Amino acid sequence: MNEPTHIASKETRELISFRVGEQEYCVDIMAVREIRGWSPATTLPQSPAYMRGVINLRGAVLPIMDLACRIGMQTTEPNVRSVFIVVQAGDRTVGLLVDAVSDILSITDEMCQPTPDIACENVRHFVRGIISIEGRMISEISLDRLLPEREALAA
Amino acid sequence: MDELEAIKVTFFQECEELLADLEGGLLAMQDGNDDGDTVNAVFRAVHSIKGGAGAFGLEPLVRFAHVFETLLDALRSNEIPSTPDLTAVLLRASDVLADHVSAARGLGTVDMAASAAMAAELKIWTDPNAAPAPAAAAPVETSQYVDAAPIVIGADDDGMDDDDLGFDFQPMTISLDAQAEDAAVLEDNVWTVSIRPKSDLYRKANETALLLRELSRLGPVQATLDDSALPALEFLDPEAAYVTWSVRLETEQGEEAIREVFEFVDGDCDLEITRGEAPVADVLASLLNVAAPAPEPETAFETASAPETALIEAPVEALAPVVEAAAPAPVTAPAPAAPPVAANAPAAPAAKPAQIDVPGPGQSVIRVDPERIDHLIDLVGELVINQAMLAQRVGEYGIAPSSNLAMGLDELEQLTRQIQDSVMAIRAQPVKSVFQRMPRLVREVANMTGKQARLVMDGENTEVDKTVIERLADPITHMLRNAIDHGLESPEERKAAGKNPEGVVRLAALHRSGRIVIEVQDDGKGINRERVLSIAVKKGLISPDLTLTDEEIDNLIFLPGFSTADKISDVSGRGVGMDVVKRSVQALGGRISITSRPGLGSTFTLSLPLTLAVLDGMVVDVAGETLVIPLACIVESLRPKAEEIRPLGPTGSVLAVRDSFVPLIDVGLTLNYRTTSPPATDGVVLLVEGEDGSRAALVADAIHGQRQVVIKSLEQNYQQVEGVAAATILGDGRVALILDVDAVINLRRRGPPLPSDPTLIAAE
Repeated sequence: MNEPTHIASKETRELISFRVGEQEYCVDIMAVREIRGWSPATTLPQSPAYMRGVINLRGAVLPIMDLACRIGMQTTEPNVRSVFIVVQAGDRTVGLLVDAVSDILSITDEMCQPTPDIACENVRHFVRGIISIEGRMISEISLDRLLPEREALAA
Repeated sequence: MDELEAIKVTFFQECEELLADLEGGLLAMQDGNDDGDTVNAVFRAVHSIKGGAGAFGLEPLVRFAHVFETLLDALRSNEIPSTPDLTAVLLRASDVLADHVSAARGLGTVDMAASAAMAAELKIWTDPNAAPAPAAAAPVETSQYVDAAPIVIGADDDGMDDDDLGFDFQPMTISLDAQAEDAAVLEDNVWTVSIRPKSDLYRKANETALLLRELSRLGPVQATLDDSALPALEFLDPEAAYVTWSVRLETEQGEEAIREVFEFVDGDCDLEITRGEAPVADVLASLLNVAAPAPEPETAFETASAPETALIEAPVEALAPVVEAAAPAPVTAPAPAAPPVAANAPAAPAAKPAQIDVPGPGQSVIRVDPERIDHLIDLVGELVINQAMLAQRVGEYGIAPSSNLAMGLDELEQLTRQIQDSVMAIRAQPVKSVFQRMPRLVREVANMTGKQARLVMDGENTEVDKTVIERLADPITHMLRNAIDHGLESPEERKAAGKNPEGVVRLAALHRSGRIVIEVQDDGKGINRERVLSIAVKKGLISPDLTLTDEEIDNLIFLPGFSTADKISDVSGRGVGMDVVKRSVQALGGRISITSRPGLGSTFTLSLPLTLAVLDGMVVDVAGETLVIPLACIVESLRPKAEEIRPLGPTGSVLAVRDSFVPLIDVGLTLNYRTTSPPATDGVVLLVEGEDGSRAALVADAIHGQRQVVIKSLEQNYQQVEGVAAATILGDGRVALILDVDAVINLRRRGPPLPSDPTLIAAE
């Protein structure tokens, strides 16, 4: 982990950045509960492809979401370096499967730019903004949009 | 403020219990069980509600409860006999009381006119017994009682002032103006009693209010408090006695009877009993004389020594509970001195209205924040999983079952089970608390629709988790309304059909397949399928060229916007009923369905999961995944022979089980774990039975054995998944899914999907 690369001025926020494929993304550190190594998940039937299944997190059933797949990229093939980041999204806790965690960033709001208006629907939907730091481009994930709306099944 | 609110919340919780006790008691009386204990319990319930309501200043509630209580008091002292008619009135009164409680809670409103009418009706029951009161004042009081009461009960909302002090309908007055009315009273029967308690009286836990109440049993009293000896606050000795009561009493009984009242405080108070009326000024003067030596000479007491002749408001208010409690006085007056014990019983709580006693002798109840129990349940769930993991690890090391370690683990398992059962039992509650509210509903709906209905309840002691109980009330209410409003015929129609004019609605709860099942059954006309179908087509809810089975037609009533009632009634018929119920039940992971037989009636079946209950399940392997199938659904498991499997249609196949054919369902295929199913002969077949009694043969790859598992919700962090009831954590720490057998059967059911199920249509 690197040292925080930015001297805290006013209104700094801390973010955890991670790698998904060749891209870098981040989430607010306040939403992160823990980071765990990959363990096989129990597949959920009748679920979207990005739902990797559920695991046991100290007695709670935690859904695991393949972040790459969720934002429309290739399905992640979990390996030993894969981790999942346990985040709080609304009233739900969910694990995000990512390739690797990079570092912790301290940023101010002026370092954050609005998402460029690109055609990809998924990007506009899931990316809150883009942070430019030391020539890197890191997209901040909008957590509350990741999980599908809870819907009662009509069965 | 918050603290008061918290107490209020507790009070309303208690009210709920008390109302349930009240109704339970009244229903027991209706069944002929009118022994003293039941009547007393009923009285206590109303009394406690009144007491608590008084403490919070909930006026209309207090007033109604008071009238109610008066009648119950007469009933329990056997002054009026218990009759079915009376019980019916009391039951309706309990409904009104419940309305008052809800209104006081800010939920709903009270029909004041109905409440006043009810109060008047209640009073008529006590009234005839009041008539023989020998006092000349009685006729005056009686007329006042009947005339004034409805106004008091119904209209007066604005304050305690005058009406409340006298409660108008009571034959006792404590304002001086009322004296004129009593002019007819013989001078000889008027006594003046002056009571000056010494501090010893209070030290011995006696209470002047009780004495005054006892006095009021002898006849109408007027009490005047002289607090002129009361020092300024800074000089007040909190343990000293300063006040003097002057009581004007009308009684036919002699001085002895009056002295008897003070038997227990003999020597602890200065008592003067004189015949005849002492003019108020004289009384006060004499009191002042007595009081004068009390204050220390050096303390400034100008104000105290000034002869204040005004009757101070506060003490009169303090008397209010006494007066209230004495309400049955006109009834008891003819009897030669009511037993003091009986008199004390209601007086004690009345004097301390803030203290609410929970009835149920010998039953102590602890109130615990549900969150603490939830937490405990979670922890115990962890413990169970941990214990299972430990056992599995130890097993992996090949330790002999007879070794100390293995035996210790066995004991641990036993203990863990016991702890789990006990913890679950804490939160599980019988559905009784919900069922108890239903007789009232049935009475009301039957009244409103002009039908005769009798409610029969079954399985009230079926236990279910508290969180589920709370969600049961709404659907049951809807189903019962529907059963009476749409199901039962009018008495005339029933007679014409050769049925008993009184319809029977059966409400039953039972455990089935690890779920709680609520059934509402009526013996009415059943669903008119032709009409249901034509309405559904007319309203464009289904396409006219669909061919539906009877069952499917019955279930059309769950479609949004469906209503068959000819006229829109208060009860049902707005078409918002059943589809809303269905949706709310589904949101809880439940199901609702209806079956109907023309001319014989319909049955609603509602099933809900027992949320946090543990489940006995069969652990099976399907396409590399571990699944748990609720044991309660499994009829038998077998290894199919090739000749027992018969293809049916292009893709389907059935299993011959003895003489019947059961559809074969490959679980892996149904849940999309695999795309082609291996031959069923390679696997194991579990013969299961769905809630509707339909059977299916589920094909799994292997059976691992039977295990008790802790149910974990999928919805908490994700959402409901079709075909999966919940999840659990197995001994190896991995999550296994619990199969929803009914959903799996439905998912693979061939033929036209249920039209009530738009998503299913879309999916296929």
